[in-house]
Amino acid sequence: MRLFSLGALGALWIVAAHFGDPRRLPGPVAVFAAMEKAAASGELFAAMAITMARVAAAFTLAMALGSALGYAMGRRALVDRLADPWIVVLLNLPALVIIVLLYIWAGLNETAAIAAVALNKLPNATVTIREGARALDPALDDMSRVFAFGPWKRLRHVVLPQLAPYIAAATRSGLSLVWKIVLVVELLGRPNGVGFEINEAFQLFDVALLLAYALPFTGAMLIVEALVVQPFERRVSRWRPRPA
Amino acid sequence: MSPAGDPGPLDVRIALKRVKSAAGQEVEILANLAFRLEPGEVGALLGPSGCGKSTCLRIVAGLDDLFEGAVERPAGPLAMVFQEPRLLPWRSVEDNIRLAAPLIGAADLEALLKPLGLAEHRAHFPGELSLGLARRVALARAFAVRPSLLLLDEPLVSLDGPLALALERELAAFVAERSVTTVLVTHDVGEVIRLADHIFVLSSRPARVIGEIRVERPRERMNADEARSIEARIQELRTLP
Repeated sequence: MRLFSLGALGALWIVAAHFGDPRRLPGPVAVFAAMEKAAASGELFAAMAITMARVAAAFTLAMALGSALGYAMGRRALVDRLADPWIVVLLNLPALVIIVLLYIWAGLNETAAIAAVALNKLPNATVTIREGARALDPALDDMSRVFAFGPWKRLRHVVLPQLAPYIAAATRSGLSLVWKIVLVVELLGRPNGVGFEINEAFQLFDVALLLAYALPFTGAMLIVEALVVQPFERRVSRWRPRPA
Repeated sequence: MSPAGDPGPLDVRIALKRVKSAAGQEVEILANLAFRLEPGEVGALLGPSGCGKSTCLRIVAGLDDLFEGAVERPAGPLAMVFQEPRLLPWRSVEDNIRLAAPLIGAADLEALLKPLGLAEHRAHFPGELSLGLARRVALARAFAVRPSLLLLDEPLVSLDGPLALALERELAAFVAERSVTTVLVTHDVGEVIRLADHIFVLSSRPARVIGEIRVERPRERMNADEARSIEARIQELRTLP
């Protein structure tokens, strides 16, 4: 069913390219030719590797800090009251504003780029994990205190399994958000990566080149989702009784 | 000064415990509730439902510090069986027990699971168990830590008759064998008579001890007349103004 739906999208592309202006929307053949050329020169893979590394760094940073902050906010009313206005401001600040400000303040460098992406994702992770921390079962808390669980045991066996669905949700929405923003950051102030190449293609009005970079990258992110996020979700929910 | 190896008594003196109701009013739950158990004794708190028995047990467990008074506990590990099993749903039966009692050996675990009928369920998740089985796991977990203080909050409530009796026997055997100081909270008079050395009869809210009854050991040899006379004394205490 999913394949059929994807096939329909491809067919629509072919039909639209056939009747439209080939410069505005090249057909699959032209795009694959451009892709092959970029792949043969190694530029495609170099750009993808750099962008992936930025996605991984910014995502890890945002998830780690966002989870810690969200947990603290969900558990302690004082932290929640103190940090909540900051989170609301950050949530409503346009991604572009954060990126431009960080480039101005920290310079056009890697640190500013990754910090800008992480800062865009951070409030999102924080509010999701905060919901999870608020929903933690006080009965299991009591149980772990009575049986003298240490902090690590509590985190690993009591807290994290309860937060797992929230972490999975934050991962899903986070990954797609992060890679979209990474491209913008690259477009605005980095001399390499998929975003930079897309900017080049835009300057040259080369839609085939643009798609040649965009499609493999989108595909790669779908594979990450299928091979990492979904197995993680299955693993953490394996204890749930399944309907027979 | 207690001799070496003696975990010491359980001494509970709660002068006052208040909680804020949802409407914002302060309600007195416990007032002047005091009792004491020597090592190895089984005490039962018997009171009408809603009188604050569970609150009292939470204070004894150290889960609630917001009260006036003091609790002196026996030295050593604490174990508790809650009203609901409170198992970790994402961990197997065996892992649930091992997490509470990390030092338990394979033979000890086996010896614990078998009489409770849990031997074939050790790899199951709690969601796959019936309530009766889950309660048995909660009991096994409590026994596994070899506690010096065992707290039981209506451990057999909502189980059907024969099963409740069977678990009660397991419980009595464990408590007698290990001679662990035990506090049992319940509203079931029969359960109390069969399990406890000391019965503390509680008033309605705010709860205090209105009478203490000693049950002579050994309980197994208690005949029906003795049981009836204890029941009558409990009734008498309850009807006092």
